[in-house]
Amino acid sequence: MTESNAAAIAATRETPRDRRRALLWQLVDDYSLIGIFIVLFAVLSMTVRYFFSWDNVVGLALSVSQIGMVACTMMFCLASRDFDLSVGSTVAFAGVFCAIVSNATGSVVIGIAAAIVAGALVGFVNGVVIAKLKINALITTLATMEIVRGLAFIASHGQAVGVSSEAFFTLGSSQFLGLPVPVWVTLACFVVFGVLLNKTIYGRNTLAIGGNPDAARLAGVAVDRVRIAIFLIQGLIAALAGVILASRMTSGQPNAGEGFELNVISACVLGGVSLMGGRATISGVLVGVLIMGTVQNAMSLMNIDAFYQYLVRGAILLIAVLVDQLKNRRQSR
Amino acid sequence: MADVPRLEFRHIGKTFPGVRALGDVGFEVRAGSVHGLLGENGAGKSTMMKILGGEYIPDEGEVAIDGRTMHFRSAADAIDAGVAVIHQELQYVPELSVMENLLLGRLPTRFGLVDRRRALAWTRERLDALGVDLDPRAKLKKLSIGQRQMVEIVKAILRDAKILALDEPTSSLSHRETDVLFRLVRDLRAQGKAMIYISHRMDEIFELCDAATIFRDGRKVADFDTLEGVTRDTLVQRMVGREISDIFGYRPRTQGDVRLSVEGVTGRALPVPTSFDVRAGEIVGFFGLVGAGRSEIMRVVYGADRRVSGEVRVDGHPVRPSRIRDAIRHGLVLCPEDRKEEGIIGVRSVSENINISARRNHLTAGLFVNDRVEARTADSFIERLRIRTPHRRQEIRLLSGGNQQKAVLSRWLAEKDLRVLIVDEPTRGIDVGAKNEIYNVLYELAERGVAVVMISSELPEVLGVSDRVITMCHGRITGQFDRASANEQNVLAAALPEGAGTTLPRNA
Repeated sequence: MTESNAAAIAATRETPRDRRRALLWQLVDDYSLIGIFIVLFAVLSMTVRYFFSWDNVVGLALSVSQIGMVACTMMFCLASRDFDLSVGSTVAFAGVFCAIVSNATGSVVIGIAAAIVAGALVGFVNGVVIAKLKINALITTLATMEIVRGLAFIASHGQAVGVSSEAFFTLGSSQFLGLPVPVWVTLACFVVFGVLLNKTIYGRNTLAIGGNPDAARLAGVAVDRVRIAIFLIQGLIAALAGVILASRMTSGQPNAGEGFELNVISACVLGGVSLMGGRATISGVLVGVLIMGTVQNAMSLMNIDAFYQYLVRGAILLIAVLVDQLKNRRQSR
Repeated sequence: MADVPRLEFRHIGKTFPGVRALGDVGFEVRAGSVHGLLGENGAGKSTMMKILGGEYIPDEGEVAIDGRTMHFRSAADAIDAGVAVIHQELQYVPELSVMENLLLGRLPTRFGLVDRRRALAWTRERLDALGVDLDPRAKLKKLSIGQRQMVEIVKAILRDAKILALDEPTSSLSHRETDVLFRLVRDLRAQGKAMIYISHRMDEIFELCDAATIFRDGRKVADFDTLEGVTRDTLVQRMVGREISDIFGYRPRTQGDVRLSVEGVTGRALPVPTSFDVRAGEIVGFFGLVGAGRSEIMRVVYGADRRVSGEVRVDGHPVRPSRIRDAIRHGLVLCPEDRKEEGIIGVRSVSENINISARRNHLTAGLFVNDRVEARTADSFIERLRIRTPHRRQEIRLLSGGNQQKAVLSRWLAEKDLRVLIVDEPTRGIDVGAKNEIYNVLYELAERGVAVVMISSELPEVLGVSDRVITMCHGRITGQFDRASANEQNVLAAALPEGAGTTLPRNA
């Protein structure tokens, strides 16, 4: 994310002392977020009872596993200078749809597959409308957010849809090597999307589109196709998150995932993803998700009223954006 | 008679980072006259108008009105002093009506509400008095560009401006609108206003102007107190007549077969079919005024804009219309005109900007970007083209314009099989040293057999670098000159809108 800035700083200044200072700033830039997280974690471990225990840390990871999965794809969306508000609704709809199809067919596998296909379809529609019909992403996904939420309520008649098959619950509640399966899925997402972002043309082109869509197009980037792919994959992963959430809650609930999209976007921004596009790192997003989860977890442990937790989350987001702004301002001087 | 000129520019100088826009320029404009201002693109006319309008503050010299020295610190100062500058890009509120635009900030009110009736009557009366046929209630966005320009001029008149500057006012006017404008200008002259009139159309200058000043490269090269007995050729010669110094360093080379063949191509903004060929090893310069259709045709050829009809072939192989990636696969590439908006990806590194297209050719396992090869590619171009950057990971927006341009060129040089390179204004806003380096890159490519198309608005550059010059005007090719026969007079004459008598070439 910021190694280039250090080069810029190092180049414009000459004396060794300045260079040392530039290097120090680079370290601050690159590791400030991770540093904040470590400090936060250490302080909470020492001050909050029960915080520093294996069970609590695993619980923390589990609580952010859905946000983490979708943050991976949201990172691509923001990096390409787009936006997706529909993921929360997709999470709910996928859960409901998976439950309904599983019950109807008697096969959990078919249910999961159907839900994921449905989620990918929502994403595909978003992508086509945004890329081909050139409708603003905020408006488009605001509309699909409403529509998909509506579909979730219609399909479920407003009720939670239970699943009769036991197999369904194993997805959300079973363990593998001491970690819950949802946490493994999330970790896999971080690895896969990290590689996609950094090591493939798809990822590099995503950043190029976010940096300057017109220039990217003239450089031969298939801008429309990449944007559609970004939204399609986003819908697919959101549906997978919805299925896992439904499995953890043992039913598909049409009102699940409300405000989910904003938490995901917050985590990305907290992780240093630029809303102006072109800048994103997978490690930043991981730390952003962890900071969100840690603060949430600690507040619950400290029995802070849920109403106040909104205030804290908002404040953290504001501070994160402010810090980012200050960093940018220093660089462009 | 020792009368004081209404407007006087005295020894004006203005420097922008790396560019001397104006140096020691002075001229006078008398009350009750129309003063023509001529010069090539980039000669400094618009900078002068921005100084007059208070948008730029000159580094040296001063503006005097009626003999009094003025120190404009802002556009508002200039307006208060009775100056109205009407730029090519108009400033109006599209959602408001003619009446509201004219009265903006001083609408008559009644009991605190806008008195529409009074405003309407007042506006109608003024428009009638000026002989301007406009509906005061029409929203600006519903009007033609010419009508909007008329609103702008009326606004200036209503402010009682005594000095009026018009920057290329007829470039988007219809024949009828131009007639109305000319009548208005003559009326204003009769009323004793001092006017500056900028136009590339020689016949308009002769039709309207009493006196004229010619700029070249930010300096005044000629003053004409009267245009009587002055010929069009004289003006053109003074506009361009400079020596081509050897920054071009032209080298002759052998040419091969036709590489790029464009046949009957039309686009949405280019209704007239265009055809031309470029040979291997040839550099063809496209010259014309801004908006002549040079960039437009090249964007259609490349596939950036939609090709409506026609054929584009590279070495005989047809290129699919409106498909940039097919053009790149055929080795046909374009460096766009607006480097910042369309060339570079500012927040990405120099290396990313160089490797963005060619990286598809060296993936590992057909999927993963090969960082080692990309680093090597980037470093080799940074060295070869002398791109001044501390590191290949530097964000490209932090580089100077010339170095950004070299990086964009490198992007295409990195293509394995480059056959046709189109560069649009490759040296705009670039210092002389970097210009020379960019010319050398073009020569090297041509020597390797690449067909090069260079669009430029700088006549000396076109003449200095090209093996052949093609001129365009109003979306069609108007002339072709080989290197031996091309000179400033015939190329410029072919590129300027032809003005036989009073029949102006105007877009309806």
